[in-house]
Amino acid sequence: MKSFLACVSVIALVLSGAHALAQQKATAQNVSEISYTSAPNFLKIPAGETLGEAVGVATNSKGHIFVYHRSANTRLWEFDKNGVFVKEIGKGYYGFEFAHSVRVDAQDNIWTVDEGTNTVTKFSPEGKFLMVLGRRPPAVDGAVSTTTGPNPPAQKYIFCRPTDVGWDPQGNIFVSDGYCNNRVVKYDKNGRFLTQAGSEKAGNGPGEFNLPHGLQVDGQGNVWVADRSNNRYQVLDNNLKPKTMYTNLGVGWTVCVSPGPHQYVFASNSNPNGNAPGTWDNTGEIYKLELDGTILGKFGHASKEFGGFQVVHMMDCRNPNEIVVGEIESWRVQKLILQPTPAKTSSAR
Amino acid sequence: MRRFLPLLLAATLLAGFQTTAQNAVPEIAFDSIANPLTLPDDIYLGEVGGVAANSKGEVFVYTRTGHPTVSLGSSRAFAHGGSRLFQFDRSGKFMREIGQDSYGLMFAQQVRIDPQDNIWIVDQMSGYVMKLDPTGHVLMLLGRKPESISVPAPAPRGAGGGGGRGGALPGAGNASDVFNRPTDIAWDAAGNIFVADGIGNSRVAKFNSKGVFIKSWGSTGTGPGLFGSVLAIAVDAQGNVYAADGGNKRIQVFDNNGTFKTQYANVGTPAALCITPGPNQFLYSSNSNPPEDLDVAGEIYKMKLDGTLVGKFGKAGKLPKEFGTVNSIDCRSENNLLVGEVGNMRVQKLTLH
Repeated sequence: MKSFLACVSVIALVLSGAHALAQQKATAQNVSEISYTSAPNFLKIPAGETLGEAVGVATNSKGHIFVYHRSANTRLWEFDKNGVFVKEIGKGYYGFEFAHSVRVDAQDNIWTVDEGTNTVTKFSPEGKFLMVLGRRPPAVDGAVSTTTGPNPPAQKYIFCRPTDVGWDPQGNIFVSDGYCNNRVVKYDKNGRFLTQAGSEKAGNGPGEFNLPHGLQVDGQGNVWVADRSNNRYQVLDNNLKPKTMYTNLGVGWTVCVSPGPHQYVFASNSNPNGNAPGTWDNTGEIYKLELDGTILGKFGHASKEFGGFQVVHMMDCRNPNEIVVGEIESWRVQKLILQPTPAKTSSAR
Repeated sequence: MRRFLPLLLAATLLAGFQTTAQNAVPEIAFDSIANPLTLPDDIYLGEVGGVAANSKGEVFVYTRTGHPTVSLGSSRAFAHGGSRLFQFDRSGKFMREIGQDSYGLMFAQQVRIDPQDNIWIVDQMSGYVMKLDPTGHVLMLLGRKPESISVPAPAPRGAGGGGGRGGALPGAGNASDVFNRPTDIAWDAAGNIFVADGIGNSRVAKFNSKGVFIKSWGSTGTGPGLFGSVLAIAVDAQGNVYAADGGNKRIQVFDNNGTFKTQYANVGTPAALCITPGPNQFLYSSNSNPPEDLDVAGEIYKMKLDGTLVGKFGKAGKLPKEFGTVNSIDCRSENNLLVGEVGNMRVQKLTLH
């Protein structure tokens, strides 16, 4: 029995590794480089504290930075615009177990997505609990093994390792869900289910997903989904009907849409550990796009050194020339100052 | 209007499908304060298992929060933590935490305050019913926490870590003084203790005021005196016992010794019960929505003790005056209720008109 278990574990490891080995070089050609610098000593971590896997980063209207990270416990920290620590939010909160995303809405409310507790939580700008979507699996059911085999049917109000959250201008809520569902769900601003695209099953057709890993909504209400294991980004309309997909940007790891009258999209071809030699030469970069998909340029590269990226897990692009990135495998948050791009200088696709 | 009529008809039919009671029951107008409790910045309510007020109007909330944990590097898998008990003053201001790091606080299920202001908590996972004095010190324990849990969890429905020590099959109605996912507690005028036991072990257990086990009744089934699950319990001034048989969508009424008297099967799935004090008692029962669905049920019924429906109020949702899986009702004051919600992680203070 013991050897059987070990055997199963090895197979599981190989399977999960196989996913990472499929690391994609982007097929977009002749993309110009956007020059950038990374601000040194940007975040001042309080003495005695350690940042863990920096999976979630977001800024509010005052430029405060929220970092949702995996340390001994999953924690949410607030820093001011100069990177000085302000406070911890959600200490001991029931919906924090394994961080995945933090986003700040137009009213400066702070939203966390936790793929350990299967919850999406809305906190006030001050950090008070306002609303929760989803439900933490009850502890009384005992220790739960990592799921294998077919996913159980997706439920309207229950998530399975959700990954990200976004809002349209009306305040409707969109959730990418996730690792063991393969769907995008739309709720009204009060958390009432409206519709979904995809299902518990993975698929590669339009409107189907294979690990929707990140999501943001543009000013027209279109939903940009990082469809990670399909190596693409999908754009859905506000009712979640598929509109467009982009398959030339490598792995669809995470996406950010800047606010304002002229919006830009940032998309990361992140490169996890577990790849063969050579992949670092042509992965890890971030693309800057117009909403119509025109590529304006790219920046960055895979590197464990400061200024490079070791798996960008989330980007904040409130200011499209000042990108805050959180890296999962380097336990790092960087602020990148980009050289502004002239409008549509490149027509590369 | 003609287009509207079929819709209305369909809605009526749908409502009737959920519970047979809804058609004729008047709506009770009410208001809600959806955030009556003031918490320190570093304390958050999780799923509210129980809420109750004492004679001074102080409010106790037993909540699933923090990090339920299973230990590694030990001879067996030990489970710890996951729930906290908070006390607030009558204005809702946070006073203190009770039972921090207690062995028994794991999966908050219910809190009730007895006539002497003792605090009773029921934990669904540790299987304890704990009597604390008004200052929070342990006076008496019923049940015992299983020493360790099985990893991974075995069969569902109660066997996975929440079970009592007895080892009887879930739903066997095992006549024992340990519990399997207990849910609620009530007392009669003589101080006898009635435990709803519960989700694992479909029965009601009776103890005397000193904690001596007297008897129990019920096991899994659908007939009179049998239960699908016992989700809540209340006792009236005459000593009659009202058991929320959630699994069978009915409230069963027993005399003080467990003899079946009657049942009320017109209030959906009762998941929280409360009986008002005083000479003219009323029963509140919540047809709580399941945690995975916010588009069904959710209303609370007010009834006379004989089962006559007085009215209903609320529905499932996340807004104020809506309910997300109500698990607890305090009705110390007939028209001023405290309602604890699992799904919305909050307590609402309701005023009925």
